[in-house]
Amino acid sequence: MRFETAHQHTWRKIKSGLACTAAFVSAVLVISPLGLVFCYLLINGAASVNWDFFTKLPAPVGAVGGGMANAIVGSLELLALAGVIGIPVGVLGGVYLAEYGSARINSVLRFLADVLNGIPSITWGVVVYGLIVLRFKGFSAYAGGFALALIMIPLIVRTTEEVILLVPNGYREASLALGVSRWKTIIHIVLKTASKGIITGILLALARVGGETAPLLFTAFGNRFWNHSLNQPIAALPLQIFTYAISPYDDWHRQAWAGALVLVTGVFFVNILVRILTRGSGASVV
Amino acid sequence: MTTPEPTAVERVERPVEPLPAEESVPARTFEVKNLSIWYGEKRAIEGVTMDIASKAVTAIIGPSGCGKSTFLRALNRMHELVPKTRLEGTVLLQGEDLYSSNVDPAIVRRRVGMVFQKSNPFPTMSIGENVVIGLKLNGVRDRRFLNERLEKSLRMAALWDEVKDDLHKPGTSLSGGQQQRLCIARALAVEPEVVLMDEPCSALDPIATAKIEELIYELKSKYTIVTVTHNMQQAGRISDYTAFFYLGRLIEFGETTKIFTHPSERQTEDYITGRFG
Repeated sequence: MRFETAHQHTWRKIKSGLACTAAFVSAVLVISPLGLVFCYLLINGAASVNWDFFTKLPAPVGAVGGGMANAIVGSLELLALAGVIGIPVGVLGGVYLAEYGSARINSVLRFLADVLNGIPSITWGVVVYGLIVLRFKGFSAYAGGFALALIMIPLIVRTTEEVILLVPNGYREASLALGVSRWKTIIHIVLKTASKGIITGILLALARVGGETAPLLFTAFGNRFWNHSLNQPIAALPLQIFTYAISPYDDWHRQAWAGALVLVTGVFFVNILVRILTRGSGASVV
Repeated sequence: MTTPEPTAVERVERPVEPLPAEESVPARTFEVKNLSIWYGEKRAIEGVTMDIASKAVTAIIGPSGCGKSTFLRALNRMHELVPKTRLEGTVLLQGEDLYSSNVDPAIVRRRVGMVFQKSNPFPTMSIGENVVIGLKLNGVRDRRFLNERLEKSLRMAALWDEVKDDLHKPGTSLSGGQQQRLCIARALAVEPEVVLMDEPCSALDPIATAKIEELIYELKSKYTIVTVTHNMQQAGRISDYTAFFYLGRLIEFGETTKIFTHPSERQTEDYITGRFG
């Protein structure tokens, strides 16, 4: 066996350097949009994020000032509705996939959940429009929350399943060997052990649907005033941003920037919360 | 499934003193008759018949894959967790058939506890919570009762003195040997009649192993113990009876002293003397 020549050595080093540079540039390209978007939002929106923005209703066209208080509260209400429907269904679905169900049924369900995850969100808006808005003859917070829940469910199903499968079998066996029933073992041992991962999945799903606009267009519809009943149309931050951004008024544009900044910051904080949660005390396996 | 829940709770809450050695208590805890077990098409246990003595240690030895773990798990129906298992023959616990259709496996497992090869304290729970979780999940709420049982179980597992000031710390903060004793305490807390041990020392160092062996010796005054072990010397040290399994069959079964000194089967002798396995 011979060692490579000096020439081969240099050429190999150049190739290695090129590959490394290409990977680095790609990594920067992947991360930079986040920085760019955030900077752009700060430049355009920061000036309009003030106390009024969080406390006042939208001002009438032409009037200066006003805020998006109703849209912020509306978004939180919609997320709460979506969570009430989506979290239990999603978590239980994940439990079924991970703990029950035959291999064949599970692979079908998993495939369907993945397909559902890939469906464009506007489709959900149209589906819920047909299912709820037309039937009950009106846009409503319920319809909006339901549409968001439908988007959340497959997301939560898959993350819940994955973290439950990470719980070592030894814990299930230990619990069953104490004469604890199957469902109590799942609730008190398996879900408790996987709770951090499940909560993480739920938060990420909430952050994801919190920014959805399209499914709300046909369901929650938007509202320039406070929503007094969940049977009525309700404002939401992404909807308000959409409405303001396509308007011809500069003042509304500034408000749209501010709204986008608030929304992105909110999502950002949810992700930080997730990081803190998953760092944890090491007492959990996932 | 149809066995009413209260029976189990009553049993769990009965006085904790050891049973008096009356004439009515049978000397045999298990009577296994012609037991065969299949995983799918594969037969893991073939026609095993043996009685397991009460308040004694029975060791099951044999090379890997000989079915000894499957046999052990069949004694509290844990083998059923593997899908597509099939069982023939009978297993009687104090004369009752474990596998009759009206028996809930959960009730069986309250009477026949289990300690595993790898210590597995629940990672989300403190030392104290780990010990009483079986009682809690079986519906016991009385704080004082739980505290009493906590101390008693930890004392029986020879762990009390080491952890009494750290009961709130995570169970996983203990050393390997301590974790295994914690698991034993957890199994004892529900007051089973039998404790099954599946190679309880195989992941432990010699000092921790010695402690567990000593503990097993102590426990047999109150419990029937069945343990699987790969360690011939250990079987010799701790057990009163030894069963030698090979390829799913029970080759030889008898008093440990006899098995180890005058085995009647050639295969037993070969295995014990280390000629194969």
